[in-house]
Amino acid sequence: MRTPLGMARGLGSAKTGTEHWWLQRVTAIANIPLVIFLIVFILWHLGANRAALMASVKHPLIAIALAMSFLSILWHMRLGMQVIIEDYVHGRWRIVCLLGNVFFTIALGIAALYAILSLSFGA
Amino acid sequence: MAETHTDKRPLSPHLQIYRPMLTMMMSNMHRITGSALYFGIILLVWWLTAAAISADYFAIMQAFFGHWFGKLVLFGFTWALLHHMLGGLRHLLWDTGHGFKLSTIEWLARLNLASSIILTLVLWLGVYWVRGTL
Repeated sequence: MRTPLGMARGLGSAKTGTEHWWLQRVTAIANIPLVIFLIVFILWHLGANRAALMASVKHPLIAIALAMSFLSILWHMRLGMQVIIEDYVHGRWRIVCLLGNVFFTIALGIAALYAILSLSFGA
Repeated sequence: MAETHTDKRPLSPHLQIYRPMLTMMMSNMHRITGSALYFGIILLVWWLTAAAISADYFAIMQAFFGHWFGKLVLFGFTWALLHHMLGGLRHLLWDTGHGFKLSTIEWLARLNLASSIILTLVLWLGVYWVRGTL
């Protein structure tokens, strides 16, 4: 026996909207000082050689700030792009894009953390 | 699992249906700058990873950002970043339940656009001032 209730079950929201919205705001606020730091860091090292960059990243506070910047920015990016995909991509491509979004941001994050640690602890 | 894509449901009208307005353009710009930054950060991670790999590889990346085209990309990146950040500040203000008066919204849109351009120019003039070159 199929009742209309059976058709409705499992549909509707995924119940994660509030967390998504909240984390987007948390990372947005964290990004304000972190992004300003990152812009200054990049422009400061325009034209610098590897030794000069390494000397900067050797400082623990710089390395920690860089790592926090990338984590917060990439997290924020993943949340933002997810909303864009959900708005514009329909059908079977949606899941492909959603997965791609997760893999892309995590891959960039691990590459960035590897580079920061390597520059900070390396010779 | 229930199939939800069987019937053709109507979609809401697309952007080109509406008369362009500043607030709408700013909303679009927030997504466009966000998307540009999403892909632009590849260059930044590449730049750091190159430094982690070797001095020669890093020198190649630095040569790219030393070229006028690389600088143009970096200039555009800083503008997109500042524009998106200022746009985000507007959203955080709205999240508190303030700033919804039509005249305020219009004023904030203009302020957002103008200050993103001014701050980018100030930032790059600052770089020029500190380094004596670009």
